[in-house]
Amino acid sequence: MSDKRTCLYERHIALNAKMVSFGGFEMPIQYTDITDEHVAVRTACGVFDVSHMGEVLVTGPEAERFVQHIFTNDIAGAPVGKIFYGMMLHPNGGTIDDLLVYKEGDERFFLVINAANIDKDYNWIELQAKNFDVVTENQSEYYGQLAVQGPKAEAVVEKVLGLACEELVFYTFKKMEVDGETIIVSRTGYTGEDGFEIYGSHAFTQKNWDKLIESGEAKPCGLGCRDTLRFEVGLPLYGDELTDDLTPIEAGLGMFVKVDKEEFVGKEVVARQKIEGVTRKIVGIELEGRAIPRHGYEVVVNDEVVGEVTTGYNSISTGKSVCMALVKIEFAKLGTPVQVRIHRKLQNGVVIKKRFYDKSYKK
Amino acid sequence: MAKVIEGLYYAESHEYVRVEGEFGYVGITDYAQDQLGNVVYVDMPEVDDEVTAGEEFGAVESVKAASDLFCPVSGTVVEVNEALEDEPELVNQDAFENWIIKVRLSDPSELEALLDAKAYEAICE
Repeated sequence: MSDKRTCLYERHIALNAKMVSFGGFEMPIQYTDITDEHVAVRTACGVFDVSHMGEVLVTGPEAERFVQHIFTNDIAGAPVGKIFYGMMLHPNGGTIDDLLVYKEGDERFFLVINAANIDKDYNWIELQAKNFDVVTENQSEYYGQLAVQGPKAEAVVEKVLGLACEELVFYTFKKMEVDGETIIVSRTGYTGEDGFEIYGSHAFTQKNWDKLIESGEAKPCGLGCRDTLRFEVGLPLYGDELTDDLTPIEAGLGMFVKVDKEEFVGKEVVARQKIEGVTRKIVGIELEGRAIPRHGYEVVVNDEVVGEVTTGYNSISTGKSVCMALVKIEFAKLGTPVQVRIHRKLQNGVVIKKRFYDKSYKK
Repeated sequence: MAKVIEGLYYAESHEYVRVEGEFGYVGITDYAQDQLGNVVYVDMPEVDDEVTAGEEFGAVESVKAASDLFCPVSGTVVEVNEALEDEPELVNQDAFENWIIKVRLSDPSELEALLDAKAYEAICE
């Protein structure tokens, strides 16, 4: 099956982006250079085409109860305009996807899911919805999405796009009427910096992308630096740190799993893991040298393979070679000496917190 | 347009050999460094390691990916370019000046199987 293209595809080609296949879409990995784009987001402002992300609208009298049923976080009693991060789980606790839930109203929730999982997620959502008085709609084809990220993002969204966003607090959103359509602006992102995600029609997305690029105030940024940015602040990527076979507890994301909630799919398994512990866990590892640990490389202790790297880089912001890795629980304690096999050689390292660079969100 | 230097021997996998007496300096071509983008790490063998023509001897890595290095010639590593340990970006600045390993050639006849500058230039187009 050939890859899909977002509504900004022609613009990426015109900017000479290097295109790659990601999540079933042909996406820009970089326009000029991953490092330059990474630094632009850390120090000023970058714009990402994230139109490949999926959107599902859930409405109906039992919408809240339904979202509670498929989602690990607890949305009970939340005000309209609030956003939650969490996961959808299989009954065995494995992770179907991680997602954002936007509360648009007491009977209306907007779910943002990963591109690679749109079909899997929507099939699951439809199946689960049969037992609830709700209507689900896959709106992924309708929406384009821009992520404007970096310390100058607020000024750029206000001045260049003319969207009032200053009063939005972190993990909230508002809907606005622009050019006869309703768009969504949220203070969210996947970079560890302040920033906004803006959902609208393809025409809206194209027009606002052009404004940002023409202004010179936001550097076009590809998925390459999106990954290095999210990695440095310890955010998981579905497929690396979260999979169908891995629970959010094993991924170290227990704070987004509310086992005090009455019920959700997978609760039994993750509630037990929260009490009894897990047998393996995602940790951070810092290496002594510059050799770069990459996805799939072995983690070794005393010549025994005890885990494998899920994501690794030579951190652009700190210059250190670091990775996230899934290791047996005996080796997950902070300070544990471990080695990573890189090009046949074992490189010395130590288990550290999986946050290699501090987030700077505007709370 | 990537630079190609006369008088060197080239492999289709984009490594070069500059021969001086019984030694060969092995590195990646200007075309290869340009394709890779910013080099952030060079994985090198150790002195006295044996290398074999056509086989992997290390890797050059960009932020995103590791690319294996294949040795165009066989022999013994007599020196590695230690400057690349701290400044891997030298490969981007001048790939031909910043060789990766120096090899004592065990079979100089292997050079005949490699490309000359003109033939290499043709495969880079």
